[in-house]
Amino acid sequence: MAAKVAEEWLNACSGCEISIVDLGARILKVLELVEFVHIPVLMDHKYYGQLGDGKHIDIPEADVGIITGSIRNEEHLEVALEMRKKCKLIIALGTCATHGGIPALANSYTNESIFERYYSTETTDEDQPIPNAGIPPLLDTVYALDEKIKVDVYLPGCAPHPDQVFAALAGLLTGNPAVLPDKSVCDFCPTKREGKGKVTKIRRFLESPHYNNDEPLDKMQCLLEQGFLCMGAVTRAGCGGDGLIPRCIGVRVPCRGCYGPVNQDGNQLLQMLNALASNGIDVDSLPDYTNLLRFSGAHGLLKPVPQPVRK
Amino acid sequence: MGRTIHLAPVTRIEGHASIVIQLDDEGNVTDSKVHYMSLRGFEKFIEGKPAEEVPRIVNRICGICPWHHHLASNKAVDRCFGVTPPPAGNKLREFAQTVSHAEDKLLNFYFLAAPDFVMGPDADYGVRNVIGVVKAAPDLATKAVLARFKAKMILERLGGKAIHPHAGVAGGFCRPLQESERQQFLEDLKELLEFSTFTLDFAKKEVFPKYLDVVKVLGVFSSGFLGTVDDKGQLNFYDGKLRMMKPDGSFTDFDTQDYADYLGEAVVPFSYGKIPYAKFWNDGFSLDLDNLKGIYRANCLARINVCDSISTPRAQAELEEFRKLFGRPAQLTLLYHWARLIEDVYAYEHAIELLEDKSITDPEVRVPVEPKAGRGVGCVEAPRGTLIHDYTTDENGLIAKANLIVGTTHNLGPMNISVNQAAKALIKNGEVTEGILNRIEMAVRAYDP
Repeated sequence: MAAKVAEEWLNACSGCEISIVDLGARILKVLELVEFVHIPVLMDHKYYGQLGDGKHIDIPEADVGIITGSIRNEEHLEVALEMRKKCKLIIALGTCATHGGIPALANSYTNESIFERYYSTETTDEDQPIPNAGIPPLLDTVYALDEKIKVDVYLPGCAPHPDQVFAALAGLLTGNPAVLPDKSVCDFCPTKREGKGKVTKIRRFLESPHYNNDEPLDKMQCLLEQGFLCMGAVTRAGCGGDGLIPRCIGVRVPCRGCYGPVNQDGNQLLQMLNALASNGIDVDSLPDYTNLLRFSGAHGLLKPVPQPVRK
Repeated sequence: MGRTIHLAPVTRIEGHASIVIQLDDEGNVTDSKVHYMSLRGFEKFIEGKPAEEVPRIVNRICGICPWHHHLASNKAVDRCFGVTPPPAGNKLREFAQTVSHAEDKLLNFYFLAAPDFVMGPDADYGVRNVIGVVKAAPDLATKAVLARFKAKMILERLGGKAIHPHAGVAGGFCRPLQESERQQFLEDLKELLEFSTFTLDFAKKEVFPKYLDVVKVLGVFSSGFLGTVDDKGQLNFYDGKLRMMKPDGSFTDFDTQDYADYLGEAVVPFSYGKIPYAKFWNDGFSLDLDNLKGIYRANCLARINVCDSISTPRAQAELEEFRKLFGRPAQLTLLYHWARLIEDVYAYEHAIELLEDKSITDPEVRVPVEPKAGRGVGCVEAPRGTLIHDYTTDENGLIAKANLIVGTTHNLGPMNISVNQAAKALIKNGEVTEGILNRIEMAVRAYDP
């Protein structure tokens, strides 16, 4: 029997949903294995009844609930709670759901300062009141899913690789959704490492790294050893899917941490600073610290306090 | 006592919106609103970030069109730092953007829009979706799934990652294209062009004629149009000048760097999203159906309207046929679907054109850049409309200020107008059915928000 699945996107960009579509031919297989009962991007099931006359958000019961995105406003929270109530198992899909993701960079600012900039730009009229009619009020900050509801399975990635989405969905029937190994991007990076100590400062990615385009990746020296910031050491492996090779490194670009920390409760900022310092690299050479939490700023890690100003 | 219809969430669209319709005692529509529910604040939180990192942050604004944000951002950063990418670097960026347009339109047509046309607007919601389409027309659906996937995988192989790319880098592109890849991509794209023209023919024969009556009444109003054209006035997704056309067909061209002199953004109480309007018409802003002011539309129908012609042969022939039937500018909202498929043909033709120029494999794809203070506006045509990233950097090359106008937002006002028009035309004397409400949503879906 097909497993019933409900899917919701909260403070999200739809990239996780597109990674479901990017299953390619496998999506046809998935449609045989699961029965979607609610998925706003594809299906017209409505919160307030099909005639829009209900008073509360209602989502059908399901074996599995997949939630992408973080929790940013009161409606997200209401939907997340309803999903938890109606689904036996909750999968947090994508790094926004597991760690806040890019939108949690907003946690470095108060809502007021965000409104102040957003509604007062080069193109807006002056002194506009902040919108507040028929739209859900923002919560004080961006929350990862497990800060508000219990999560059963974590599947990070920005976006998650379709191979893992497929493994997770295919695993539903056997009650065994795939879990990523606790390994780092470096564990699967084929580049050549020569050892500590040669680099003392971090260079910004303003020029091409050294490599020969006719040679495979394992002939290119580790990008961190070339002096570029690369977050592979403190980032969970998985972005390469079944192919394993990290997708940024594959095109000679350094990792920025999109699968979140290696362990669910890790702190990419502290771990990266630690890794740099223990390799004798001056952390003051980084242009900005908050960037190290660009995918994992929820769970109270980024806060609207004066950020250290870096020169 | 009147009542309120709360249609939420708006489904089979990319963003987060809800529709609220107010009925009076007799059950007729007094007002309706499309609420845009989401605010993330990218403009604020990229402040202080190294500018060269920003193309890898703002791509997360949209998972359907990350390439467009990524590349508009790359263009803005290059301009802040005063650098021009080598020709091959620029061509690879344009190629990626073009392929991204191509696959996106197939996604919209088959996955999001088709259920209304293939299953019918009154079909039960349980089958009025892509899963229903797969069951009703398995051969066609399989072809569509595979074709779109093939296009998407070109992006994956080219840039390492198709969703939220990192291939555009300060000063150029991350890596050169190999000759063997060029040949393989060409082969794939020629096949995909066939599928794209098949899709348009199929839609013209099997889909649009059946719904022409709906097309003529649903969400219809007159507006201006905004899009990008090149020096010859031809359709261009990647670069050129902006053209704003008035409802009467007259138009003004302007430089992308000057966008703020021409476009304004109204803040309205019912939407987090701001509503752009044509400030330079000096007419103000109003969404009132009987007194529209400053209203223009963007996205495919707008681009098809503002361009004088299309540089590729099959798309140009389609444009001529379209203009013969609907004039210029065409105003019927549901014609977005038709215009989108014409653009799809252009996208494949143009991608092939770009690849046939062998200089795209030149190994010089990136120049080193120096971070510095500057200002740059990066602009591309995203599938959903003209996309503007405006950055100011400080002396360390960190973002000091950013202003973004995102493709979809140009159509937030028009979506409100179309929904209002559709609701008033379809809901009479309190009779509300699922089919009626779905037709009202179709007025939103046409814009592919």
